[in-house]
Amino acid sequence: MTAGMPFYVSPEQLMKDRADFARKGIARGRAVIVLQYDSGIAFVAENPSRALHKVSEIYDRIAFAAVGKYPEFENLRVAGVRYADLRGYSYDRSDVTARGLANAYAQTLGAVFTQESKPYEVEIVVAEVGSTAEDDQVYRLTYDGSVADEHGFVAMGGGAEQIEAALKEQWHPGMHLAEALTVAIRLLGADPNGGEQRELSPEQLEVAVLDRNRPRRRFRRVQGELLDRLLSTEDPTADVPDADEADSARGDSTNPQTQRPERDGGPTE
Amino acid sequence: MTPGADTGRLPAAYLVPGSSSFAEFLGAQAPELLPSQRALPSGASLEAPHGTTIATVTFDGGVVMAGDRRATMGNIIANRDMEKVFATDEFSLVGIAGTAGLAVELVRLFQVELEHYEKIEGTLMSLEGKANRLASMIRGNLGMAMQGLAVVPLFAGYDLDTRRGRIFSYDVTGGCYEEHDHHSVGSGSLFARGALKKLYRRGMTPDDALRVAVEALYDAADDDSATGGPDVGRRIWPTVGVVDAEGTRFVPQDDIAPVVDAIIAARADAPGGAR
Repeated sequence: MTAGMPFYVSPEQLMKDRADFARKGIARGRAVIVLQYDSGIAFVAENPSRALHKVSEIYDRIAFAAVGKYPEFENLRVAGVRYADLRGYSYDRSDVTARGLANAYAQTLGAVFTQESKPYEVEIVVAEVGSTAEDDQVYRLTYDGSVADEHGFVAMGGGAEQIEAALKEQWHPGMHLAEALTVAIRLLGADPNGGEQRELSPEQLEVAVLDRNRPRRRFRRVQGELLDRLLSTEDPTADVPDADEADSARGDSTNPQTQRPERDGGPTE
Repeated sequence: MTPGADTGRLPAAYLVPGSSSFAEFLGAQAPELLPSQRALPSGASLEAPHGTTIATVTFDGGVVMAGDRRATMGNIIANRDMEKVFATDEFSLVGIAGTAGLAVELVRLFQVELEHYEKIEGTLMSLEGKANRLASMIRGNLGMAMQGLAVVPLFAGYDLDTRRGRIFSYDVTGGCYEEHDHHSVGSGSLFARGALKKLYRRGMTPDDALRVAVEALYDAADDDSATGGPDVGRRIWPTVGVVDAEGTRFVPQDDIAPVVDAIIAARADAPGGAR
């Protein structure tokens, strides 16, 4: 700042201050890891709360994960559900895409970052599961509305850089869900400052998947006994079962707009 | 329609916490898409396809809903393989009678309403809650009902608290009434209800209930020209949905065929009635 103009703040400085502010807020929170596995996309977060989710369903193939200030990303999540349901209702369910939603989020975060009194202290992932791993889409959005198209894995929140560096070594395409979760949970428990490794129990975790083998609504929370079995080294369970156990009926629910059980946009008989 | 057409930014209303009702959100953001917001010229009337008969029967731990496949427009058969029974979420079904186009639109809105609530709230709506949401949508259609475009649904679901199947019927003003054991709506419903009363027993199995519902539709089609009977030539059978603790599912057409065949065979030698 020049002495003669004490109130002048250069746009560069203003943006930098806002970015630093948002980055600090985000880095304070526990990390969320999003990673592809052989039959879908897994979301793993350290989150002891059963009520305040960091990972949620947006639409048939689309899920949302976030770190940062809960009220802010919760608003974004609700806006995403409204955007998706309105679009699907007025066009068709197949017209709701992660790309469209990521774009709307990017515009929103970008506008808030430059125009409002304070930027959103959030980082989010919008993921869409495809019919093959190559068709999966994972978008990472930062507090200023930048979008990155990610492949394989993403980590957000505290210690994200160290986690991503480790995932580069440990993640590979075609991992089973059990394998992917084990890697992710170990990295969530690692101390970024080189301290002692924490053992996270299933109760401290929020785990969900977008499972490409499910009909229509592909989002599923993985918790309780199923999560225990997936994480156990003795149990052979390596993936979520095709037919659900806890929430069995959802798999049979029909596409509201074609009335029939459905996979990939077309009715199956 | 498109979020903030000028900037691509999500409109402020999307980010406001509050209502978990999709219908309310739609009413505020895109009212032209709400079925109830449409105005008809007064005094006009038009002929539109009508869906006809739905029969629903409870069994031990669930409920079966069957609908015939015919839509009529005056004396014309407008559609002979229409679906009139819809899964509205994991634990509920809606069957529709009345103006087909409006009814299908209403069901679509109702389906999104339930899923929207589930996603925003992170929990399923109670069965009474669902029944009441549907009632308020029917109420919104009153203006059109007065011009001859009535929609009369029948709602059935599995109550996760009491662990049984329950049935709710509606009138055109949105009145919602819980029915016991069985019910039917639509032009053939008088005949179907007569059959249901004679065929229904408490504590039936799902298979018994399916047969009772299909047979009630058979009786409705026997005496009501707007209700489609089983189309043996084209192999078009009633749509049958089941909801119980396992959730909502449709009975495959191949499993309905033997039931229909058995009913036809049982009546072949008794032209005056089955028993």
